[in-house]
Amino acid sequence: MTEAADSIDFVQLLDQAGRRVEHQDFAYAGTDADIAARLRDMILARRIDSEATALQRKGELGLWPPMLGQEAAQIGSARASRMPDELIPSYREHGVAWCAGIDPIDLLSTFRGTSMACWPSRPKNFHLYSFVIGSQTLHAVGMAMGMQRDGLVGNEDPDANGAAVVYFGDGATSQGDVNEAFIFAASYAAPVVFFCQNNQYAISEPIALQSRIPLYRRAAGFGFPGVRVDGNDVLAVEAVTAWALDHARAGKGPVLVEAYTYRMGAHTTSDDPTKYRKAEEEAEWRAKDPIERVTTYLLNAGAIDQAWLDRVAVESEALAERLRAACVELPEPKLEDSWHQVYANTPDLLENQRTEYLAYQAAFEVN
Amino acid sequence: MNLTMAKALNAGLRRALGADPKVLLAGEDIGKLGGVFRVTEGLQAEFGPDRVVDSPLAEAGIVGTAVGLAMRGYRPVVEIQFDGFVYPAFDQIVSQVSRIRFRSGGQFGVPLVVRIPFGGGIGAIEHHSESPEAYFAHTPGLKVVTCSNPLDAYWMIQQAIADDDPVIFFEPKRRYHEKGEVDTDADDAPMSLYQARVVKPGTDATLIAYGPMVRTCVEAAIAADKEGRNLEVVDLRSLSPLDDATILASVRRTGRAIVVHEAVGTLGMGAEIAARIQAECFFELQAPVLRVTGYDLPYPPSRTEDGYLPDLDRVLDAVDRSLAY
Repeated sequence: MTEAADSIDFVQLLDQAGRRVEHQDFAYAGTDADIAARLRDMILARRIDSEATALQRKGELGLWPPMLGQEAAQIGSARASRMPDELIPSYREHGVAWCAGIDPIDLLSTFRGTSMACWPSRPKNFHLYSFVIGSQTLHAVGMAMGMQRDGLVGNEDPDANGAAVVYFGDGATSQGDVNEAFIFAASYAAPVVFFCQNNQYAISEPIALQSRIPLYRRAAGFGFPGVRVDGNDVLAVEAVTAWALDHARAGKGPVLVEAYTYRMGAHTTSDDPTKYRKAEEEAEWRAKDPIERVTTYLLNAGAIDQAWLDRVAVESEALAERLRAACVELPEPKLEDSWHQVYANTPDLLENQRTEYLAYQAAFEVN
Repeated sequence: MNLTMAKALNAGLRRALGADPKVLLAGEDIGKLGGVFRVTEGLQAEFGPDRVVDSPLAEAGIVGTAVGLAMRGYRPVVEIQFDGFVYPAFDQIVSQVSRIRFRSGGQFGVPLVVRIPFGGGIGAIEHHSESPEAYFAHTPGLKVVTCSNPLDAYWMIQQAIADDDPVIFFEPKRRYHEKGEVDTDADDAPMSLYQARVVKPGTDATLIAYGPMVRTCVEAAIAADKEGRNLEVVDLRSLSPLDDATILASVRRTGRAIVVHEAVGTLGMGAEIAARIQAECFFELQAPVLRVTGYDLPYPPSRTEDGYLPDLDRVLDAVDRSLAY
């Protein structure tokens, strides 16, 4: 008997009403103070996202892929990681970037077209955005293979170990690259957590077009464990990812985590979801909001109060204001810089072309 | 009718689907959504999901399965959503699509059309502004064409579908919304798919362009007219095969040639065209064949693309250099 791809059976530790739920295999290890920290992350990440969407609407960004609705999946998984783990994003991981300490203005710069990916990728272990769907999953496996060779896997001291977490979507699971990444990771027992945010849509295409079984079950066919988690439950996401990371870091091989969530916004600011999905479906998912339930839980637990929420609101508005101002102040890029960015040592052909380009531009300035 | 290029393509696809039950469309988001550029809008509703197929997100799969369908007598038209996403399907196109006729000892071919929105100028992010046409034109067994206006778009897509060999069909995405007159009731295409067209006759130099750069060159020619320079503009339309006769006849008349394309210059279409011209028109040439192209860079951040892409000024600058010989 087949199980429908959209049948919901997942690890949940905080339900949509904000009540803690017991699970036989997973428990949240943190305190209420930790949960409040996650809530703050999610609120700020959502504000970054909404500000970027607004900036695109004002014509300040060329495009923006909103992550609205996926805050718990991103914050929970990113906060489960720590150095020397490597975080390899797709192109919507603005919340992961936030946790990795990437200045959101650097993300805006990419989508404004003032730079490629100019953030401090290597020092922060947060990698380039990948727009060719699924391509980054193989890179993550390669990084994990490097970590194996660097002695970062299976050490007695768990703090000395690391793993790679690679982000991709439900649509990407159809790509050859992703399936090859599963095979390579399994063959070498590479320390990789394949973190799939199943947000139900690849632009207009529903998950049923990509998979006839729940995605997490694909892992079994490749020979490693797969777990489905409520992607709108930050506690469950963090707990499951922490387990998966420990598994990978210990040298037991890869894990597939399917975070079952929903892209509450458009695919990108160029997309119009009303063409392919119903308002009722969106309303149903709004009721499962990842931020709402944590707020309810913490208020009921007395861990936060309205004053705390007000302070975070002030903080998030200040962040938005900074981004708004900084976005329009981003330095205009110069094409002449591009020629020195292609090779470590610029060949004569390119150097000469650059010189000609500069001379051509200078001719305009004289006039 | 006055149609945008996107609507003209839509009309051409509709007519092809209506004319031949073996024609079918496949690609990401082409059905319910009608494609991210809306080129296939309404076609799934009209012809059903068996003939206008939403594909899983896998370009190699889209092209590879189209090969199988073509072998069974279908005429698949597949859409690659953006130029930069064709590379996962590159192996299927270069190693399979192009060679099935050869590999079968000439018994059968693959009547497949691969539609690819291409080129820059729309302020897009990475991998959404590429001009990969030379890779395909370099491959024996493939035909490569590109339209520059709605009328050509309407007819060329139908002609490509009717061709018994695979055609890589490049659509200049920055021109999707430009309008032109299209007689959708006409019976026959105005010219062969593989013929170039003299868009504007002239005497002093020939501008050779295709796809998005045709309009740029026409604008340059109009500007040059005001300075008393009479430029001819040739729209190649087909990049493989190249219509040598039209190209060479034009250059023999003007004695000067400038090839213009967005793609990187090195080993681009301009290199091949320049080589053919110098071999055939050596004694008629008044100046070396010049190229105005994208620079030898990966497509740069969009805020610098105006400097990267050939424009009217760069074309006229090359005209000056050519005429100075």
